Amino acid sequence: MSVVDVRHLAVGYDGREILHDVSLAVPGGEVVAILGANGSGKSTLIRTILGLVPVARGEIDLFGTPQRRFRDWARVGYVPQRLGAGSGVPATVGEVVASGRLARRGIFRPPGAADRAAVRAALSKVGLLDRIDDPVATLSGGQQQRTLIARALAGRPDLLVLDEPTAGVDAASQEAFAAALGEFAAGGGTILLVAHELGPLRPLIDRAVVVHEGRIAHEGVPPEPAGHHAAPDHDHVHPHATPETDKICVSPTDRITARP
Amino acid sequence: MSLFEYDFMIRALIGALVIGLAAPALGIYLVQRRLSLIGDGIGHVALTGVGVGLLLHHSPVISAVIVSAVGAVGIELIRQRGRTSGDLALALLFYGGIAGGVVLVGLSDDSSNANLMQYLFGSLITTSPQDLVVITVLGLAVLLAMTAFRPALFAVCNDEEYARVSGLPVRTLNILMAVTTAVTVTIAMRTVGLLLVSALMVVPVAAAQQVTRGFRSTMALAMVIGLGAAGAGVAVSAEIDTAPGATTVILALGAFVAISLGGGLVRAARKRAHQPGEVEPPDVVLQG
Repeated sequence: MSVVDVRHLAVGYDGREILHDVSLAVPGGEVVAILGANGSGKSTLIRTILGLVPVARGEIDLFGTPQRRFRDWARVGYVPQRLGAGSGVPATVGEVVASGRLARRGIFRPPGAADRAAVRAALSKVGLLDRIDDPVATLSGGQQQRTLIARALAGRPDLLVLDEPTAGVDAASQEAFAAALGEFAAGGGTILLVAHELGPLRPLIDRAVVVHEGRIAHEGVPPEPAGHHAAPDHDHVHPHATPETDKICVSPTDRITARP
Repeated sequence: MSLFEYDFMIRALIGALVIGLAAPALGIYLVQRRLSLIGDGIGHVALTGVGVGLLLHHSPVISAVIVSAVGAVGIELIRQRGRTSGDLALALLFYGGIAGGVVLVGLSDDSSNANLMQYLFGSLITTSPQDLVVITVLGLAVLLAMTAFRPALFAVCNDEEYARVSGLPVRTLNILMAVTTAVTVTIAMRTVGLLLVSALMVVPVAAAQQVTRGFRSTMALAMVIGLGAAGAGVAVSAEIDTAPGATTVILALGAFVAISLGGGLVRAARKRAHQPGEVEPPDVVLQG
């Protein structure tokens, strides 16, 4: 059974269609990257899967249930592009991550020992346990991003959906991010992530889907690394995959340009 | 204090303390959402409710709760739509509210200016025992809702999209917050008046967050400041014969200034104490 099954999806805003006839199936345990240029519709695709953008045509199933009737949102962990704009009211890292427990606990039950333990476990996975009582506003951009993945992990989801998780994130945080995602995938979790470039996440990716002008333009093995990740001294750790085999170098589609 | 030998002063004090506690407990969510001025707008709308109550010879508090709740839910629906015209729609609603209120109060039998002023700037010492029951029951209900649902309300105010993906009843929670805002505005109308209602929701939060690190501690400290300002406001205003609402707000603003200055001094002292230590490594490591 597919964890995410999108069939002939079309999405539009204000009369302008952004996605046309997109079909995508993500089986359980797979790590899928959605790549594409800015404005290609890749973020719209995952936002529609999550129910944040209405479906114009087509169908979406989550864990075998039509998305409209899907209620088991605790199985889905969402990592947005960035922390909501700072409001001035301080919040600690622990308080933000604790929001990740609500889907599992419901709004009527007060937080208990299991919730606090899950928050601490999630923060230690991303290497931020020592910052649990610090205001999130004092963290760097990369650390804030790690806080958001900890929030998603705290709910112990089966599917992680990430929107450009490493955009503008420093290298140390990217590595911590990749390690946390690797551990999640190694535990049998399914990951669907949108990225502009893969960076240190590349070794985790089983399949890449390239969205171009609202359609799926390419689907297959992730594009070959470029930049310093292609350097011979770069150690690609892939915690759960089969040993890498030699492949013919494909064009680096994570840098595909928006060109007709 | 001899003044508190009078029943009306005791009632005034209890009413003020309930509002002082409840208003910041709600206000923290409004501040977090950058809707600090929404209480002010709903206060404008509530005046129409007061006018309706006076015109129909009903309790102005009840009609103000109903009209401002309808207004608050309307504002919430406009906000959810996210239309760019939302800002203008809010302005129309607010000015319609206050103009409607002034006209309706004028049409009622009891149309003196003093009557209008009593709702605009508060008239705590005219609080009747029945009023006090309404204020206490509604105030405790607000307090209970805002503290019991704190994790969920925090999640919605902090990141609404994440809350939706978590399957939280975001729309219901938003409506709950809108109705609670309307209720708080209306019960606070007796203490500080409709024009100063928003101050009691926002100023204690602004004061608390100068020195706090987390959401829960901000909420707790804001409630303490609200309680202190409201209690001291009643006592001081009785002593020096000023308007209790305005006195309370001035005291809360005084707390804001004092805490800001004090917090700044503590931070500066702490920085100086840490100065000789080693330099923290930068968060961003550039790799060549």
